[in-house]
Amino acid sequence: MLEAVVFYTLATFILGLGILVITARTPVHSVLFLVLNFLLVAVLYVTLGAQFVAVIQVLVYAGGIVVLYLFVVMLVSLKRAPEEHGDNRRLNVLGALLGGAVLAELIAIIFASRRNNTVVNSTSDMPASLSDPMLNTEQLGWVLYTEYLIPFELASMLLLVAMIGAIVLAKKNI
Amino acid sequence: MLEITPLHYSMLSAGLFMIGVIGVLVRRNIIIIFMSIELILNAVNINLIAYSSQVENLIGQVFVVFVIAVAAAEAAVGLGIIIAFYRNKETINIDEMSLMRW
Repeated sequence: MLEAVVFYTLATFILGLGILVITARTPVHSVLFLVLNFLLVAVLYVTLGAQFVAVIQVLVYAGGIVVLYLFVVMLVSLKRAPEEHGDNRRLNVLGALLGGAVLAELIAIIFASRRNNTVVNSTSDMPASLSDPMLNTEQLGWVLYTEYLIPFELASMLLLVAMIGAIVLAKKNI
Repeated sequence: MLEITPLHYSMLSAGLFMIGVIGVLVRRNIIIIFMSIELILNAVNINLIAYSSQVENLIGQVFVVFVIAVAAAEAAVGLGIIIAFYRNKETINIDEMSLMRW
């Protein structure tokens, strides 16, 4: 019952925020709705027992990629509406509240990973010493660094290439 | 109805995927289109995590980590392209991005 309530609430908000992302007038509002969408998807991952991926979602998506989007929106859109020059104090309070929300979510993820660490059991060919219930992050790290070591290294190479490409694209005369 | 199965997660994933596709198709601001692509990747991730939890196998979560890495690379390069294009053409409307259209 509780699971159903949590799922339907999260699903409603995820879909509603997705619709808001693509219908918002100003790109800044769209980016902010996207942050909320990513945070709610992270909560969904926690309910599914994937705590490490939830933390990665919060840190990489909501923390990294979305800030990149915000930078581009600020750099690109020249004409800013005059009502955007509001008072800064209210925005500071809002920013503190949102930062506290992210902190609360991370703490909730930590406690959830302590409590239900047996949701995802071991993979099929794991050594016997690692087959007892343990944290999701430890299991995922084990799989990543043994079975999927070469794809993992290839992903890091992909990120390096993307970083070099982004630097080259950002040069003055291209 | 009250028991949540992976089918429910698939339906949520499908809905989010649909929203992302509509965003790619409808909007004309290329930044919004990139955000819609992120929504699509998130829909795929929800599916992978749901079934990974259902079959109690971690491979789905490993793939989600790779998808997030690829999404980060895509965002960096794509936004770099947007900045370079804006510097040259002063627009982010994809209707005016007809440089390579035949």
